Amino acid sequence: MGDHPPVTDWKTDFDHTDDVWAADPYAIWGELRESCPVAHTTRYGGAWLPTRYEDISEIAYDTERFTSRSVVVSEFRPPYNLAPEGIAPPISSDPPFHAGARRMLLPLFSPQVIDRLEPSTRAYCEELLDAVSGNDIVDAAEQYAQHIPVRVIANMLGLPESDADVFRGFVNHVLEGVSLPMEQRAEGMLALFGYLQTHIEDHIANPRDDLITVLLESELDGEKVSPFHVGRTIGLLLIAGIDTTWSAIGASIWHLAKTPGDRKRLVAEPELLPVAMEELLRAYAPVTMARLVREDMDFKGCPMKANEWVLLPFPSANRDPEAFEQPDEVIIDREVNRHAAFGLGVHRCAGSHLARMELRVALEVWLERFPDFDLADPDAVRWSGGQVRGPRHLPIKINA
Amino acid sequence: MLSGVRVHVDPELCQGHGRCYAVAPEVFDMDDIGNGHEIGDGRVPAELEHKARVAVANCPERAINIEEKD
Repeated sequence: MGDHPPVTDWKTDFDHTDDVWAADPYAIWGELRESCPVAHTTRYGGAWLPTRYEDISEIAYDTERFTSRSVVVSEFRPPYNLAPEGIAPPISSDPPFHAGARRMLLPLFSPQVIDRLEPSTRAYCEELLDAVSGNDIVDAAEQYAQHIPVRVIANMLGLPESDADVFRGFVNHVLEGVSLPMEQRAEGMLALFGYLQTHIEDHIANPRDDLITVLLESELDGEKVSPFHVGRTIGLLLIAGIDTTWSAIGASIWHLAKTPGDRKRLVAEPELLPVAMEELLRAYAPVTMARLVREDMDFKGCPMKANEWVLLPFPSANRDPEAFEQPDEVIIDREVNRHAAFGLGVHRCAGSHLARMELRVALEVWLERFPDFDLADPDAVRWSGGQVRGPRHLPIKINA
Repeated sequence: MLSGVRVHVDPELCQGHGRCYAVAPEVFDMDDIGNGHEIGDGRVPAELEHKARVAVANCPERAINIEEKD
């Protein structure tokens, strides 16, 4: 990041990797919603930015005119010949192929299956906080949030936990290395796929009780699914399951650290957490998706060209006053909350039940252990930019 | 006593967010992939009417129909 010139006009030259966006995208989206609800940039070979709930949802539902061939905006557009799977099925697949590839995955991430992972997730959260016990300052992003999803997803997939740094390197490359030249970007992708291939081959030779093995034995449209497809899907689960959840946990702790009223209420009424969590997900939704325009067309007066990107900032949809009352206020017991943090339509985040479990358990364990805490230094908090936004440096002062 | 309202999850619209059975587990249940459906014929007991309405209002896909009493 940071290789691009700074943005001077968000309507005609926006860049989601700009430092101003990372620090506070809500102000940018709020202004655009009023003055230019679908912004454009010539960066990344052309991209559009809708900011209203109505437009974002319309594009999310329109799989005809907007393809999921790639969902991460960069200079690189995956070749057409990867269809119908795409680079990381099912997120990169379009209907009709998409349905089968997704159906194969959903039972593995159903609420019933996820419930069984709760005790080990809780134990791991406890362990992380044991390790910082007695510290006056704890970095809730670096010492807590970032480790939880890495360990949960590695165990679930059947990849070595000790490769956590390797996974984070891949995630960083795929999601934050979007300004890199195409050759460098392709190299990083090849490293990821090479890593996965090694583990897929090992699982074929030595089947075991994990998700990679289950997927290798799965059928798609009546035939055994190819190891190639499984490798790409595992790549998706690894990338999508890590810094998204890490961001949601971090942003929630950040909010509670700077909002003592909400923190005290959750400590006093832990049963409110499931409702509060939905509000934190609405207000600080980490994930902005993307599509590619399939063919030249007009979208509400915008002349969209084939192969231009369209960002889908679900966090902006969640702040639209047309869709939510007092959208910029965090109302911790908000009862009606039709937020789109996990997307809308056929590409709804397949890991949403897992993410919610991790977020709830991470917050429960944190609040049980640390009922009283503040931001150690508000100016020291650093947020990631790009399509997944969350605190990457979050020093918290623990009050005894 | 029944409230008179009746709910129905449209399986074509449901994408499995799971908000309905999280909010009102007495009224909605899930299938093996986490998609929601109403329990029984979807008629809602009076004491659960508010919960059922909250569930309807929290569905991101607007997939739940609510039939009002006539």
